[in-house]
Amino acid sequence: MAPADTGQPKVDLREPPSWRRTRDRAATALMAASLILVIIPLGLVLFTVIAKGASVISWSFLTGSIPPSVLPASFGGIGPAVLGTILITGLATVIAVPLGVLGAVYLNEYGSSRTLARLIGFMADVMTGVPSIVMGLFIFSIWVLHFGFSGLAGAFALGALMLPIVIRSTYEMLRLVPDSLREGSHALGATKARVTLTVVLPAALGGIVSGALLAVARAAGETAPLLFTILTVTTANPNVFSGPNTSLPSQIFVNASSPYVGAQARGWGAALTLIAIAFILMIAARLITARFARYVP
Amino acid sequence: MTQEQRDRRPSALAERRPFGDRAFQVITLAAGLLVLVILVLVAVSTSQQASSWFSSEGTKIFSSNWNPTAGQFGGLAFIYGTAITALIAIILAVPVSVGVALLLTEVVPRRWARPIVYVIDLLAVVPSVVWGLWGILTFAPWVQGIYNSIGSAVNGVPVLDAFFGPPASGASFFTAGIILAFMITPIVTSLSREVTATVPAIDKEGAYAVGATRLEVIRGVVIPHSQGGIVGAVLLGLGRAIGETIAAALVIGSSATITSHLFAPGYNMPSVIANEFGEATGVFRAALIGLGVLLFVFTIVINVIARTAVARSARRKRGA
Repeated sequence: MAPADTGQPKVDLREPPSWRRTRDRAATALMAASLILVIIPLGLVLFTVIAKGASVISWSFLTGSIPPSVLPASFGGIGPAVLGTILITGLATVIAVPLGVLGAVYLNEYGSSRTLARLIGFMADVMTGVPSIVMGLFIFSIWVLHFGFSGLAGAFALGALMLPIVIRSTYEMLRLVPDSLREGSHALGATKARVTLTVVLPAALGGIVSGALLAVARAAGETAPLLFTILTVTTANPNVFSGPNTSLPSQIFVNASSPYVGAQARGWGAALTLIAIAFILMIAARLITARFARYVP
Repeated sequence: MTQEQRDRRPSALAERRPFGDRAFQVITLAAGLLVLVILVLVAVSTSQQASSWFSSEGTKIFSSNWNPTAGQFGGLAFIYGTAITALIAIILAVPVSVGVALLLTEVVPRRWARPIVYVIDLLAVVPSVVWGLWGILTFAPWVQGIYNSIGSAVNGVPVLDAFFGPPASGASFFTAGIILAFMITPIVTSLSREVTATVPAIDKEGAYAVGATRLEVIRGVVIPHSQGGIVGAVLLGLGRAIGETIAAALVIGSSATITSHLFAPGYNMPSVIANEFGEATGVFRAALIGLGVLLFVFTIVINVIARTAVARSARRKRGA
């Protein structure tokens, strides 16, 4: 059956091909191409690291001692570097996260629009742009020259890098906490400190933790601040407060410039370990954010 | 007491704040001030350690003579290398990053945009040293062949020869620039996306309603609206490219030379500090720390300008 004649003229709404449309299509194609250009290097790096690192990694590789560079990949491992990364990054987290959260509390709960708070917030953003190697030189000048190389010095440098990141992410989370929560607890007679500690911070906890995890993931991969603060040795040093130490990124840096195949293979293994740590932290942060998002609109 | 005086007095409740409450406020203030304290301490302590370089070399810190064994510590080659590698990184990364940002906000539906953002975040999490390891062991040997064929193709051609002619090395200014471009792409993309996402939908819909194509909407509405923010994003990327150390230290070739040849090995400020600090003493060490001071000043200036640009464009948006 033919469609009923509605009496309206037949109009073809499709635009005829034109120079304008061709240019539009070309622009969209260029944008899609730029996405591919971003994904290719990431894919290549991940593929190479997994292909070359997976064959090296085993439990004895993760815990074994670091052998001389000339030995092939089947000897020894990167145990001291794993230990150093866990200790130094952990210590940096313990130093930087509480300070960063308190700083963000000042910015959002006490400072609000005061000039000083605005200056601190602005400079915290600027501080995220300070090169990590400058933080290394800073801790070298102010600490290492007086007290010597140690994991603690490395933790100070990493902590200085994490601090502004934690401040920024915590500040964004505190801003999401509804004022009605604060007003409700003030109305019950709670002091501001009590409101902040028992109502505001718990309400923002998920976001704060996930922001801190991302900061830890960034810090765990940093090499430059550790070069002049822990000195990169090959022996394990469980005492993080004194004596030279080592870490996964420093070990990769040393092995990358080594001419020996065995050392390079250990470098790939260490790189896979480091990437795995960073990705796990990032995925954990995402999961926590997803959980948290259900409670705050 | 007049009404006015009574109003000016702090309320009785505020006066009787318990000690713990006031102490907590002071502690948070101290934590906030720590940011300013650290920045000042960075400037003071590193300048102090570098003072013997500044005083012994004077204006010669900007000369091109770098020969530690002969006691010559001119930093020009490193400043030049930093500028060249950062420029290459910006030229390669900015069009791609802005393209992806526009793709995410203007083309792709939201449920597809999310996984793409995750992938770009992954790129940001790959540590610098892993880029360096991949760069020197996998990428540099591969790209050397391309450099060689480009070099022989342009050999003798006037201008091109000066930039792309031999000598060609896998570890070079250009390789460092490419690796830096990979590393700054995530931050430039995510910041550009933040500003392009704030363009009011009604402006875009108005343009579409009068028959504009997507490209015309982007050029006529989105770009003018987010120009300031994108400039800020690019400057922040530049700041990253200038300060990024370990990847560049591994792939730049470690040669303190000033040359127009982009495929030749070179050096930049962060990588000379990273590679030579271990053996340095006396004025040598002061010179390396001094390069760090210059790096600090450059990045602070760039970041202040960038953050101001981003903040101003955000404020204008709120006002509009």
